[in-house]
Amino acid sequence: MSGLVMDDVSMTFELPDGGKVEALKNINLNIKEGELISVLGPSGCGKTTLLNISAGFLAQTEGVITLNGDMVTGPSAERGMVFQKGALFEWMSVRKNVSFGPELKGMAKGEMTEKVDHLLDIVGLQDFKEKAIYELSGGMQQRVALARCLANEPDVILMDEPLGALDALTREKMQGLVLKLWKETGKTIILITHSVEEALLLGERLVVMAPRPGRIHKEYNLPFAEKGVGQDLREVKKDPKFGKTRDEILTMIWDMEEEIMGKTDNAA
Amino acid sequence: MFFTSEEFLSEFGHALSTAFWMIFGIAAIFIVYLVFSWLFSFLYGLYTKGKEAKGYGSLKTVTFGDESAVTANRVASVLGVLTIFFLWGLATESKLLPFSLPGPFTGDAQFEYTAKNAAGETDKGTVTFRVSKQGSDVEKLEAPATSEGFAKDDVVMMSERRSKIVKAQNNDEGGKEAGYTITEINGQPVKADSVIQVDGGEVLFTKRGSFSIRPGEGMTMEALFLPPPEKVWSTFIQLHNEGYQGISLWENVFWSLSRVFIGFALGCLFGIPLGYAMGLTGWLRGWFDPIVEFMRPVPPLALIPLIIIWFGIGEQGKISLLFLAALWIMTIASRSGVSGVNISKVHAAYSLGASKTQILTRVIIPNSLPDIFTGARVAMGVCWGTVVAAELVAAEKGVGKMIIAASKFQLTDIVIVGIIIIGIIGFGIEVLMRILEKRLIPWKGRG
Repeated sequence: MSGLVMDDVSMTFELPDGGKVEALKNINLNIKEGELISVLGPSGCGKTTLLNISAGFLAQTEGVITLNGDMVTGPSAERGMVFQKGALFEWMSVRKNVSFGPELKGMAKGEMTEKVDHLLDIVGLQDFKEKAIYELSGGMQQRVALARCLANEPDVILMDEPLGALDALTREKMQGLVLKLWKETGKTIILITHSVEEALLLGERLVVMAPRPGRIHKEYNLPFAEKGVGQDLREVKKDPKFGKTRDEILTMIWDMEEEIMGKTDNAA
Repeated sequence: MFFTSEEFLSEFGHALSTAFWMIFGIAAIFIVYLVFSWLFSFLYGLYTKGKEAKGYGSLKTVTFGDESAVTANRVASVLGVLTIFFLWGLATESKLLPFSLPGPFTGDAQFEYTAKNAAGETDKGTVTFRVSKQGSDVEKLEAPATSEGFAKDDVVMMSERRSKIVKAQNNDEGGKEAGYTITEINGQPVKADSVIQVDGGEVLFTKRGSFSIRPGEGMTMEALFLPPPEKVWSTFIQLHNEGYQGISLWENVFWSLSRVFIGFALGCLFGIPLGYAMGLTGWLRGWFDPIVEFMRPVPPLALIPLIIIWFGIGEQGKISLLFLAALWIMTIASRSGVSGVNISKVHAAYSLGASKTQILTRVIIPNSLPDIFTGARVAMGVCWGTVVAAELVAAEKGVGKMIIAASKFQLTDIVIVGIIIIGIIGFGIEVLMRILEKRLIPWKGRG
């Protein structure tokens, strides 16, 4: 079976005070090869836990995850990660960061240089390849992170709020870049996000999760990602269906939050 | 308990009152120094008026409280140092200055005393004293001409700043008879322990009836306590050319520095891997934690006696001490370097296909370098301080040994040269480490 398959994945752990936390309960997801799936939910719904289990950083307590038929038991180069921030290696130049994975694999120097140059072209950082990481802006740093992940040619890319630390304008531009990379490379991508708009714009499929216990609440199949490729994303947002779905999901998440936090009186 | 005993209370009370009076002494020194600072600041203000910098900083209206608006004024630094040399020269009658504070009295002075003999008659005698600079050849005062009356004049030869006791009645007629007393000095009546101010100094009339003449000290410091700057400089040149006690100055410096580097290198050799081990495995962290946490606050100087008992006063003792001084600092620095690695970096490296060894060599080690460098800076500073102290206690060679040997002969100039060299080298080590840090780990603090 190809693609990333989660079969009845649960994760329960004990707190020091004896209490039990059901971080995830009976998650079933079948992510096809080349699919871009976005995962949305209020804080504490277990979406980052789900991603960490998929990456192999955490072990589920029940169920099985397989990638192309192989069980996931630990981190590996088939499943690349893109973090929100702080995951780049400051002691290396941009070029060295991007070539980190290929170099570990022992790729020949000429091939590696070619590959890195190609990727830096795609993310638009050709002129910055000898710069240090700390000399780049936040948006540029995330582009390096994307390029570094792609250089390793993983089967699946797991993105944990990759644009979460960026300012609103940079974020919109980067959303376009993520779509472009997805289309050009044909990679399977799981994208965790807090932003409903981002989830709608980028996800072919959108999974809304609910907390306590962490579970899949609702799934949507969306046309916007396909439409958005190579287009101004602001146009996509003008689609009436986009607005309708956004409002529906916002209400859904709002209700979940209220259930947790208690009702807040907005009238005051 | 000790603190209820009377002896303790009086000793501790004395310590507290000493501290209290010191407040005024220290304040006086600061005030003098600050008056100069204020004066120069005023002059500098006049000089720079109308030619302020036009940079962004000059447009800030809020500067008081804005830390970024405060940068050290280098003109003030230079003037501050020059002022120290100026005050130093002023207080030591330096030849570099055309003037100085009033020095100790030299030259001739005299006072008159009135004596009463056993028969009840009174007569006056004169005591003349000639005060000369120490070590200088001065003509002796001539013996006084015989005078009328029973009180005969006296002459005394003295050195500056040194008191001398004179029994004036020794040459007086009947001066050794019971009932012969001295009643006045310069017309002022005296009894035992009276102190009378006279020209050129003061006279203490002792219980045994003699004069303790103390020539005026002026306001300058004796070279024994603080030699003038030019003397320190010439001592430095002399040390540079001839060394001290057969050991050249630079050989002393070399020995101190090489001990520091060897001890520091040993500390790194063991401390850094130990820190990594403590950062990477819970068992080893637990295993070494008590030792490290216990040894860290023990000042290396407190170990000197034990080290001498164990290893003697040779090189092994000093290197062991410096090793211990550096070891804990480097252990803790590298441990916190490992603990400080952002888990995202480790996760990212694993999902790029890194093995455990590659995680260590390509992520953890480079990531810990800033912390290790900070530790190295601290360790070098501590080692430098420790080596000097260790040499003060026992050494054949070294800067610390040089100054302690010189102090035994009261060669204050050598001691001061030593202190200045110690300070300059300590500062040089710090500057060197900062330059290295900038070149080797430019990403520090920007992760």
